[in-house]
Amino acid sequence: MSGKNRISGGQIDRSQTLKFQFDGQDFTGHPGDTLASALLANGVRLMGRSFKYHRPRGALSAGSEEPNALVELRTGARLEPNTRATVAELFDGLEANSQNRWPSLSFDALAINDRLSNFFAAGFYYKTFMWPKAFWEKIYEPLIRRAAGLGSLSRLDDPDHYDKGFVHCDLLIIGAGPAGLMAALTAGRSGVRVILADEDFRFGGRLNAETFEVGGMPGADWASTVVAELASLPNVRLMLRTTVIGAFDHGIYSAVERVSDHLPEPLPGKPRQTLWRIYSRRAILAGGATERPIAFENNDRPGIMLAASLRAYANRWGVAVGDKIAVFTNNSDGLRTAQDLKARGVNVVAVIDSRDGAEVIDTSGRLGLTSITVRQASGKTETIEATALGVSGGWNPNINITSHHRSKPEWNDSVAAFVPGLGGPLQLVASGAAAGEFSTHGALQSGRACALDALNLLGVHAKAFELPKADDSPFSLQPLWHVQFGKGRAWIDFQNDVTVKDIKLAHQENFSSVEHLKRYTTLGMATDQGKTGNVIGLAIMAELTGKTIPETGSTIYRPPYTPVAMGALAGRSRGKEFKPFRLTPSHTWAEQQGAIFVEVGMWLRTQWLPRAGETHWRQSVDREVLATRKSVGICDVTTLGKIDIQGTDAGVFLDKIYANTFSTLAIGKCRYGLMLREDGIVFDDGTTARLGQHEYVMTTTTANAVTVFRHLEFARQCLYPDLDVQLISTTEAWAQYSVAGPNARNLLTKIVDQDISDAAFPYMGAGNITVCGGLRARLFRISFSGELAYEIAVPTRYGDALIRKLVDVGQEFDAVVYGTETLGVLRIEKGHVAGNELNGQSTALNMGLGKMVSKKKDAFGMVLSQREGLNDPHGYRLVGVKPVNQSQALTAGSHFLEIGAAPLAANDGGWLTSMVYSPHVGSHISLGYLKEGDKKIGKRMRVVNFLNKTDVLVEIVSPHFFDSEGVRLRG
Amino acid sequence: MLKSLTALGSDAATTLNIGDYRITERFDVALASLACRRGRRAEVTRIANSTKLPLAEPNETSAGPIYGSFWIAPEHWMIEADFASHESIATELKALFGDTASITEQTDAWVRFDVAGPLPQRLFEKLCNVDLAGVNTGYASRTVIEHIGCYLIKRSSPEITVYGPRSSAKSLLHAIETAAHSL
Repeated sequence: MSGKNRISGGQIDRSQTLKFQFDGQDFTGHPGDTLASALLANGVRLMGRSFKYHRPRGALSAGSEEPNALVELRTGARLEPNTRATVAELFDGLEANSQNRWPSLSFDALAINDRLSNFFAAGFYYKTFMWPKAFWEKIYEPLIRRAAGLGSLSRLDDPDHYDKGFVHCDLLIIGAGPAGLMAALTAGRSGVRVILADEDFRFGGRLNAETFEVGGMPGADWASTVVAELASLPNVRLMLRTTVIGAFDHGIYSAVERVSDHLPEPLPGKPRQTLWRIYSRRAILAGGATERPIAFENNDRPGIMLAASLRAYANRWGVAVGDKIAVFTNNSDGLRTAQDLKARGVNVVAVIDSRDGAEVIDTSGRLGLTSITVRQASGKTETIEATALGVSGGWNPNINITSHHRSKPEWNDSVAAFVPGLGGPLQLVASGAAAGEFSTHGALQSGRACALDALNLLGVHAKAFELPKADDSPFSLQPLWHVQFGKGRAWIDFQNDVTVKDIKLAHQENFSSVEHLKRYTTLGMATDQGKTGNVIGLAIMAELTGKTIPETGSTIYRPPYTPVAMGALAGRSRGKEFKPFRLTPSHTWAEQQGAIFVEVGMWLRTQWLPRAGETHWRQSVDREVLATRKSVGICDVTTLGKIDIQGTDAGVFLDKIYANTFSTLAIGKCRYGLMLREDGIVFDDGTTARLGQHEYVMTTTTANAVTVFRHLEFARQCLYPDLDVQLISTTEAWAQYSVAGPNARNLLTKIVDQDISDAAFPYMGAGNITVCGGLRARLFRISFSGELAYEIAVPTRYGDALIRKLVDVGQEFDAVVYGTETLGVLRIEKGHVAGNELNGQSTALNMGLGKMVSKKKDAFGMVLSQREGLNDPHGYRLVGVKPVNQSQALTAGSHFLEIGAAPLAANDGGWLTSMVYSPHVGSHISLGYLKEGDKKIGKRMRVVNFLNKTDVLVEIVSPHFFDSEGVRLRG
Repeated sequence: MLKSLTALGSDAATTLNIGDYRITERFDVALASLACRRGRRAEVTRIANSTKLPLAEPNETSAGPIYGSFWIAPEHWMIEADFASHESIATELKALFGDTASITEQTDAWVRFDVAGPLPQRLFEKLCNVDLAGVNTGYASRTVIEHIGCYLIKRSSPEITVYGPRSSAKSLLHAIETAAHSL
């Protein structure tokens, strides 16, 4: 037996003892306990402090609606704040600590707030922090932020993993109480695919907490029998410890499965939690109902809890919360608590039934309840010693999920509660207590009926089998929201310290709309989302305004139903697992050479390859550039998009896609192409080769490989469906290397089986070849560096071997392998536009490529590229820039200014797009867009960068810093 | 000749056994895409029938004595064959189908993993939203696994094929391995 308050019975395993700590003190419990039940069994009622007033608080409930008993679970990196002790499953070695207190739970210095409560009423922040205005940012906000929140974070990386997953079913049943189990049994036996999910670690819902029978056996035993049958059905999936947190479109629900929360740490490889996306054709919400309290003076002391929770602790966990227990109720269900406790031999000192005119009007006990003050119908008051008080103000159906599509709940007078309204998720119906059916028989009947309806809609005609016999007592309630007697504070929303007075104040200050009420008082915010307090707040506002509750209205609920760990939402997408990588064919070789890699989208590309003795990246890049210009360099360009375009209309199609003409391209040749967006702005560039009469291969930039393919598919399917064109990406199929420099041909001759002399394979030639004695390959004679250059491609499986072969035969020519930095230097020296210039704002005219836009044909972007604004003769033109003083660096993003001009937007002449150090020129060089740039070649200007605080005198030059005549690349 | 490497960068295909699951990299499959030229479907079907190349119905795969196929788009299939005897699959198919279809070599565009084990849907439900338990053998679908566009084929009840882009082979295997470990 663990704990002085443990009584007989319950669904805990007393054969095993679990050790745990709370605030450093050792306790014991049993498997089947929650942290709250184990603490209560050990006589611990004080579990936390309230948010605003730091009032001593204990568990209010025995479930996920808990507003008070929030604790920090575990320590170190696994520390988890704001966890509800009422649903934390006990395990051996569990360490829990109270939070929001200093220096200790029993003596909290900030409890002074309670004395100052008159200053902390609703709207306190809005009224207090208005002046002086300057204090807000530097003083008030930092102070409020420091005081906000309950628990603390470890600030360490979470060592556990979180999964995501996707499951499908015909019928999703949310909640495994009597209605959910009956629905699952009905549907499961019919053969449809059923998922039964419940947030608890034991199926059965309230049947586990009650004593009445179902089918001639204890309700919990009946639940176990049903679960055993469901587990034997291959079409039924039971998801324990799984909270359905949201309803989304088309029958999709999200759910969090706490896979390992009940263990000290997850088993190797196993996730801590899994966020499931459940695809369902129909769904039944059988999430039960939540009991609500009654507001009366000092109704928040540890030991005061919901009556059904008091009964649950006794019946399910074998715990008598106190040695002198009283019950305060306005309904028939509350009386069950007194009956059950008495049946278990617990000392019930009083039953106060408001329907008889009696009320609890006050309580006492600094850190836990010691007595209650009762005012009888006669007006006589008496004080009764009590260490626990069960309060029942009725039940609120758990309708949250039905509101996730903005359905407004509807008021039901017969149960004095909101039930699901119209306009909820189309495939979802509520059943049992969630629909306002509070008797066990009613829940069973409702579960069966909802399942039969769902099956019918699924086209399955199932037979209704007999319901087990169960309690069908009518639910009788006489609403009592708050006790009118007394001037002290009576709590409605325990978590946010919202009291009846706050509601009155909101009304007095005209915040009487439910949406204003919520935001002004914070009613229903925070981790419990007002599961116990909302309706009372609305009811009191209704009293104050003289309206009915339905006239007053209700706020609605949003996902998630209960708090979700950020880790569960992130899943595996953390650190290096945030996204997958794409590796180039030369990756392994480059890694072996000590290459530095850069992320380009998902690709990892070689940025540069340092050699021994090189201590700065510039040394490596300068060497790679000079060696390439001097002899030959090799670069992996596999990442460029490659799209195979075939069909009898492939040429016509390309004419529509590109601004320039491709249908006239000769077989065995390639051409530089410019692609416009519909609005006339340049979209992408690249080369396209014609390999056959009806066969082209297009290359795109690395960045736009996917978007260009998507663009082509859109054009093919939607705009030109009559053209005979077929597309498929071949980016991954070929390993492609650029070989550039004066010795490029000499190097390739060593491995290419065919004649590739200038005569046999001229500039812009393209074709299928073989290498190394017969391996099929492709060769393109194209250059973005200004050098004699080729791109050679082999099937990707040979990519690693090809880079090794090229390096090997290249030794004779002092060949270098270069990365993206050198690639950038070479193309800027040659004046080729790339990503920085293809910025989504610039036209072909801006880039100096206006002549490429053919006026002889219609093509994407053709019409809108003619717009006046895009053809401004005074507009931006691509220019080259170099500093007058060669030792001065340039900064990309700097703006052009005339010498002597003030650095104002009105004087802005344009900006530097790309900047590198050119070892060939011997200084930094840059490309840039300059207004009327074509007319300013040779002029001196300033380039100014406020961020870097630079102001450099530059000369405007041609963008072609290197071989502007194009002699070398045609060599 | 140059030496070939698998998508995972090894000389030979990799096989992993994790719990009840066996993950096998397949390096012995040749692939080519076959797309009907406009208005040539009937001729393509006739040629396919005569060569016992089964053209799968939408969302399906179909196996023949030499070639198999899975559907990837309207009038568009991926054709599978044994690599050792059909390395030049694209050339072969071009010879067969002539100008009735567009043929593109795809062998090295993809990495293929075959995953076998009891209830493979339990593993794949951690990876993608395909309802493997709810579809028949022979089902084929495009899907996304950890941001990676893939094809998923239900070869038989306990065996699933995943085709993913070759450059992401390691990331894709890592995702499958992780899912297997998590069960």
